[in-house]
Amino acid sequence: MSDNSNLLNDPNILRELVLDHYKFPHNHGLIEGKNYLSRHMASDSCIDDITVQLDLDGDTIKDVRFDGIACTISTASTSMMSDLLIGKTIAEAKEIIDEYFKMIDNKAYDETKLQEAVAFKNVYKQANRIKCATIGWSAMKEMLEEGQEDK
Amino acid sequence: MFDVKKIRKDFPMITNHPEMIYFDNGATTYKPQCVIDAVKDFYENYTSNVERGDYPTAIKADRTYDQVREIIAELINCEPREVAFFANITAAMNQIAFSLSYDLKEGDTVLISEAEHASNVLPWFRLKQEKKINIRYIPLDKQGNVDLEGYAKCFDDTVKAVSVAYVGNVLGAVQPIREMSEIAHRYDALMIVDAAQAIGHRKVDIKEFDCDLLCFSSHKMCGPDGAGVLYGRYELLKKMKPLLLGGGMNARFADDGSVILKDPPHCFEAGTPNIEGVIGLGTAAKYLMNIGLNEIHEYEVDLRKYFLDKMIRLDNIEIYNPDNISGPLTFNVKGVFAQDAAGYLAANNACVRSGNHCAKILHNVIGTDQSIRASIYFYNTREEVDRFCELVAQIDLENAVNIFI
Repeated sequence: MSDNSNLLNDPNILRELVLDHYKFPHNHGLIEGKNYLSRHMASDSCIDDITVQLDLDGDTIKDVRFDGIACTISTASTSMMSDLLIGKTIAEAKEIIDEYFKMIDNKAYDETKLQEAVAFKNVYKQANRIKCATIGWSAMKEMLEEGQEDK
Repeated sequence: MFDVKKIRKDFPMITNHPEMIYFDNGATTYKPQCVIDAVKDFYENYTSNVERGDYPTAIKADRTYDQVREIIAELINCEPREVAFFANITAAMNQIAFSLSYDLKEGDTVLISEAEHASNVLPWFRLKQEKKINIRYIPLDKQGNVDLEGYAKCFDDTVKAVSVAYVGNVLGAVQPIREMSEIAHRYDALMIVDAAQAIGHRKVDIKEFDCDLLCFSSHKMCGPDGAGVLYGRYELLKKMKPLLLGGGMNARFADDGSVILKDPPHCFEAGTPNIEGVIGLGTAAKYLMNIGLNEIHEYEVDLRKYFLDKMIRLDNIEIYNPDNISGPLTFNVKGVFAQDAAGYLAANNACVRSGNHCAKILHNVIGTDQSIRASIYFYNTREEVDRFCELVAQIDLENAVNIFI
């Protein structure tokens, strides 16, 4: 684990991770016709326009998909989120999301929970890009919270 | 003699931020010291409300505010009583659409273009929804220019108004307003002009345009925010129903519900107006007229040409409006999302706008949703253009990502 966290402190590695997730986003493209929860995020800023989908199997996140018009930060951060959350329980996912938002707010956070997503640890320095780094994560957070309420 | 070095000293934002390349003038412009002083002078020496005081400072405020109508009348070649103050173009356009909602009926048509700013689209969309009017789009070429032949073909007896920007806010296309007015008037349609990106950049002449209504905002012409002008042909203003009712715009009202409104332009200025904003706008207009609108325009055309000649040599970008002679340069860096490229520029002190620039249906014309708009003004320099082009040449995906790693 310590080796891994060293790698994740190397700006070159972080840059490559972001670029890779931007050029070849994971879990990209929406699934139609299935019973996915879906959240379209377009009203916050006039630029990014993305949709995030969530497939729950009981208490477990079975699948996450996303698509839309988006910058490097929103695309890569949502792609990384999808990798992190698939297979997790709702409670685990919420913890990860909480840690991510702490990092974006420049507060103390548990980097072991975020893995590659620590690539966005410096986004707080670019105030105009915070929305980009959180748009997909906010969509997921809202869906998980609503999913809870339904029960 | 146009002296950009001397002009730059008039702008504290330039003096205080020599590192910044401010190419976001399409969004707002810097304010010269004289405008700042005029606003400060009102606050420090004659703060009062207008149109209702009997004491010296109130009379001074009232006169200074009202005299701005004369300055604006000189700026755009109309009568002072045809100048009504609004918060901005958005407020003026909503007033226009509101007044027209009483005249337009189902099946009537308003002509706009796909290059229009949201403020000249959404008020018409509401009339489409609520009054079932038609909105027809005037054909544009790929760089946003109205094709007069195609424009003439848009007309039939249902067309009651045309509403277009004189200079487009994304592509900078300059429309042939006089010819467009003439055709509109043949069909008894109103000619409405959004002069946001033209005012303060070139001469705007009501008599030459022969338009019926025209609006512009103060902040795009070196004046304060929250002030703007609606010009209206006086006979037309008299027929228009004010959108806002309240103090300052009525002559008297009684308990039986009867109201007598003031004459235009006062009937459109309900509530305490942005007095300092209007006073600052007057000072800005005088400042620009002193330099000379033709001189400003010539300088801008020359600087834009210099800018274009440098940008066109960069092979990492695509420019959407190379043939337009004025207005912004609008482009994308190949393979880099517009906001990422703008982020790189911002990290290097260059200020531009990225996105869809409030013209959300323009993608039908230029084929992209997102772009970068670099809009210059008469206080920008060749040296800034040089620095800017060097930065643009450096942009690639890796650089754009590096700024937040």
